[in-house]
Amino acid sequence: MQPLERYASLVDDFDAFRAACERPLPSVVRVNTLKASIERAREALNAEGVAYEATDWHPGVLRLDERGPGTSWPYFHGWLHGQEEVSALPALALDPQPGEVVWDAAAAPGSKTTQLADLMDDEGVLVGNDNNLGRLSALRHNAERLGITNLVVTNQDARNFSFKPFGDRTDDAKRIEAFDKALVDAPCSCEGTIRKNPDALDRWSMTHVESVAGIQKGILRRAIQATKPGGTVVYSTCTFAPEENEAVLDHVLDEGDCEMREWDAPDGFETDPGVTEWDGETYDPSVELAHRVYPHRNDTGGFFCAKLEVTA
Amino acid sequence: MTDADSNADPPENDGQQFDRLPATADERVVPGRPTREEVVQWWDQRFGVPPETWDGHTFWEKGNGKIWAFAADVVSPIAVEGLGLRILRARQEHWKPSTNAVQRFCRDATENVVVLDGDEAACFARGDDQELPRWDGDWGYVVAAHEIAGDVEPIGVGLYLHGELRSTVPKGRREDLE
Repeated sequence: MQPLERYASLVDDFDAFRAACERPLPSVVRVNTLKASIERAREALNAEGVAYEATDWHPGVLRLDERGPGTSWPYFHGWLHGQEEVSALPALALDPQPGEVVWDAAAAPGSKTTQLADLMDDEGVLVGNDNNLGRLSALRHNAERLGITNLVVTNQDARNFSFKPFGDRTDDAKRIEAFDKALVDAPCSCEGTIRKNPDALDRWSMTHVESVAGIQKGILRRAIQATKPGGTVVYSTCTFAPEENEAVLDHVLDEGDCEMREWDAPDGFETDPGVTEWDGETYDPSVELAHRVYPHRNDTGGFFCAKLEVTA
Repeated sequence: MTDADSNADPPENDGQQFDRLPATADERVVPGRPTREEVVQWWDQRFGVPPETWDGHTFWEKGNGKIWAFAADVVSPIAVEGLGLRILRARQEHWKPSTNAVQRFCRDATENVVVLDGDEAACFARGDDQELPRWDGDWGYVVAAHEIAGDVEPIGVGLYLHGELRSTVPKGRREDLE
């Protein structure tokens, strides 16, 4: 818990924050509407006597009374996918449409990727990239179990993502040279996962925060370059450190090819604004439009989510 | 890759990339590669999956006989790790559908669908083989299904031989659902 003490000045009711971080998280599943309607999935859970409660902000995100969604028929059929509740936010912020060309820069193991596919109604092109080949097999397994057919899986360093496999700089009519939208759910120090992984902070260090922030800036910069003007880029992490959140946004805003955009969190989901001052640094005032999610507000993990529009 | 001149050996399947299937046999360049027409017909003939089911999908081969369905179109060949859903193993005498393809595309299947009762379905999902003398349909690959939440839903791919239904549910998908 020690590293979290540094955020006491940012968080209202820090005692409640600290207490929430010490409670385990409920098991949560998202209904995969590519394979079953929310009603049918819930009917199947009812028939099996699996107790759950729908979250009050999304009818297809269900909190289970007992841990582990793996052993039930609706899970076997790929109607459900285990996904931490708060991690359903960035795909909703990106709001991908059927037929668009969408990039998930750090996709594995794929809970957000598969949610993007669901929102796209499995139409268009969803490029799920990850630099870790081992984690890619989990992404493929999850996507196939959920019956997704619009996913292209790539294994590149997102910071230097190349469209070469997609026919970039050829005259092929089917080439892809830019994305309509991109999600950067960045690798991070994972402070917000403390409720899921009690040892998440064991190896926390300021050096790690600083080094991962460099990677985050590199990935977000590439996502902005690779997205068409007018397109949306969503940046998210599961951590609290402003160095990995607002500072990363400030870095790309400073380069001038994007602007922050307002995005309303779902009704019934409480968030805090991005911070504009931290540890002697000041950030672009528009980063206030970002959402900080503290565990005690909605009884979830911790999270950060921001929406950007590419302007050039 | 696709423009072999007449003196060269015929092009072969390259396991490192996805190649779009030729529409018909007239357009086939790589020997032995199934055509789109053959794939669509196979699903129709074997399981009664209507050909228009696939209107929005392109078909690709990566690896020897591994056929994938993708919901859009991209350049061919394309060197990526995954492209849509692996639906079928071809280039063998009996083509074998994948569990995930059957779950996704065989909801409206009308042929070779074995509807299992509760215990039989649980046995199948565990990956166990079972005697099933009541099936009087074709031998070979069948869709194993069961009733759930008001409708029949495909579970996976069975291999029916000599009165026995063998489960081909892959190890990573097996569950004990008793």
